[in-house]
Amino acid sequence: MNNQSPENLQEVRAMIQRHKLNDYIFSIIGLLCLMVGLITLLTLFIDLILQGYPKLLSLSFYTDFPSRRASSAGLLSALVGSSLVMLVTFLSAVPMGVMAAIYLEEYAPKNWFSDLIEINVSNLAAVPSIIYGLLALGLFVYILDLGQSIVTAGLTLGLLILPVVIVATRESIRSIPIAIREAAYAVGATKWQVVYDHVIKYSFGGILTGVIIGMARAIGETAPIITIGALTFIAFLPPSPVTTSAPFLNFEWLSSGFTVLPIQMFSWLSRPSEAFHVNAAAAGVIIILVTLIMNGFAIRMRYKMRKNIKW
Amino acid sequence: MNTVTQVLNNSLTPQISDRLSKNFTRHLKERVIEFILMLAAFSAVLTTAAIMGILLYESYGFFEHVSVTAFLTDTVWTPLFENPRYGILPLVSGTLTVTGVALVIAVPIGTISAIYLSEFASHRVRETVKPILELLAGVPTIVFGFFALLFITPLLQKIMPDLPTFNMLSSGIVIGIMIIPYIASLSEDAMRAVPMSMREGSYAMGATRFQTAIRVVTPAAVSGIVAAYILGISRAIGETMVVAIAAGQQPNLTFNPMDAAATITAYIVQVAMGDLPHGSIGYQSIFAAGLVLMLMTLTLNIIGHITRKKYSERY
Repeated sequence: MNNQSPENLQEVRAMIQRHKLNDYIFSIIGLLCLMVGLITLLTLFIDLILQGYPKLLSLSFYTDFPSRRASSAGLLSALVGSSLVMLVTFLSAVPMGVMAAIYLEEYAPKNWFSDLIEINVSNLAAVPSIIYGLLALGLFVYILDLGQSIVTAGLTLGLLILPVVIVATRESIRSIPIAIREAAYAVGATKWQVVYDHVIKYSFGGILTGVIIGMARAIGETAPIITIGALTFIAFLPPSPVTTSAPFLNFEWLSSGFTVLPIQMFSWLSRPSEAFHVNAAAAGVIIILVTLIMNGFAIRMRYKMRKNIKW
Repeated sequence: MNTVTQVLNNSLTPQISDRLSKNFTRHLKERVIEFILMLAAFSAVLTTAAIMGILLYESYGFFEHVSVTAFLTDTVWTPLFENPRYGILPLVSGTLTVTGVALVIAVPIGTISAIYLSEFASHRVRETVKPILELLAGVPTIVFGFFALLFITPLLQKIMPDLPTFNMLSSGIVIGIMIIPYIASLSEDAMRAVPMSMREGSYAMGATRFQTAIRVVTPAAVSGIVAAYILGISRAIGETMVVAIAAGQQPNLTFNPMDAAATITAYIVQVAMGDLPHGSIGYQSIFAAGLVLMLMTLTLNIIGHITRKKYSERY
């Protein structure tokens, strides 16, 4: 009876009010914390544009080679270098990653061997990128004698994004209902026919998102490329991969020296002269734009796929 | 009756048409394809083996010149000097200081973000914020290095005028912001895995959202949240470009974030930028440093993996 006295009721009401206020305060703090990321992203981008806009607007920045003078230094060799390195990365990581994912999802028996592969894939995803640089320096540059070349950089980044491609492909394959496979088996398809005609085709969208996110990561990756010793002054273009005479393809570019966008940005940034910082900011804008667009596209695509697919 | 038995008998005798019998070439093709796919998957094992192999091989050369005790206990790291000394401690202290600053930023903000996203946010807020966090996680680290050196450091210098241009504080802050998305999204996953019935039980007792989040959901998800912190630490330790640009290049045995000091990763970058001859002790020293880094992150990843396994088995 004592519990229901009017003073007690007042106390209980006050307590409820207090706890509701706590809820309210926490939701504001939570929103502020979420804002930290967004604000950083915006500040970063605006700061880069403000510092780099004189260079961004001049056309010669995109068509000039790096130079000893900040005013005439450009991005051309880095743009070409990045594209060629990405080509090698794409050609090495994508087939390898997709095949590995298919094996793990469709073929791998439940035994210690499959577990070993699984553990290694998830471990590789967490290895710091600079360690891949050391691997490339020891293995590709010296033991395999590939030198500080486009093929070395491309393969290094390929290894780096291999776990990304594998994980994305596996997720995508896993979302295909088992009934699709059973239907194909029921009409007499072999395992490979099921995989090739159905599994790969239906998981294509998911594989593509994974590949784009992986490539976006590779474009901005700096540490492993520096570690293979590629921070040099490159004022030339690698030989063109396509030629005008037969056989129209030329593979000399693979062993050519190179520079890529983040390396170029780093080399400008590490100079004491402030004039070069403008160039670094402009290069930063290009890098961040490319990665934001690629990631944004991939995230949007994944979101749309989740909404549209109804098996 | 007789005819039925006859039919049954007929169907029991093997009369498979030739088209359906085991086709040798078809079988072989399947096996070859499976083998190729298996090789592709095995490349993950080969990569890990190659990483450990290269690190151990080059470090072995290093440890032929330097005793392990000196490496682990000496307090000076000057492998490229006239009188070289090889104590890894200054590099480790730099790495740990930067990581510490990063955690001070990332743990509270990441955890609160995760609680908010999982327990408070409406569907619309969640769908808007998560892609932005993902975009933040995709920003290249070199750009964050620029941000640390030319935005955060000048900003901090306005508050603390004696802060040197290169310092571990601004790199730590920026790395902290970088790992917020990892901590937030991994912790949120752990919290969302807590069964709805536990929340409903709490609400039924008259608890508010905040009380439910702090006293029911967070304790239930704690091993997943700890795993998120551990993976965040592992990322901060391995982060390279931000520290190489903004934290300085001088190995310095200090835990004061206002000082400039090289980390393990910054040292590797610094040496790789110069042109050291293959096989020299300086060249081998970056592999020894890399081995230490690899062992640190590997240990953390294994601990994180085990903690995460624990929580997923509980419900």
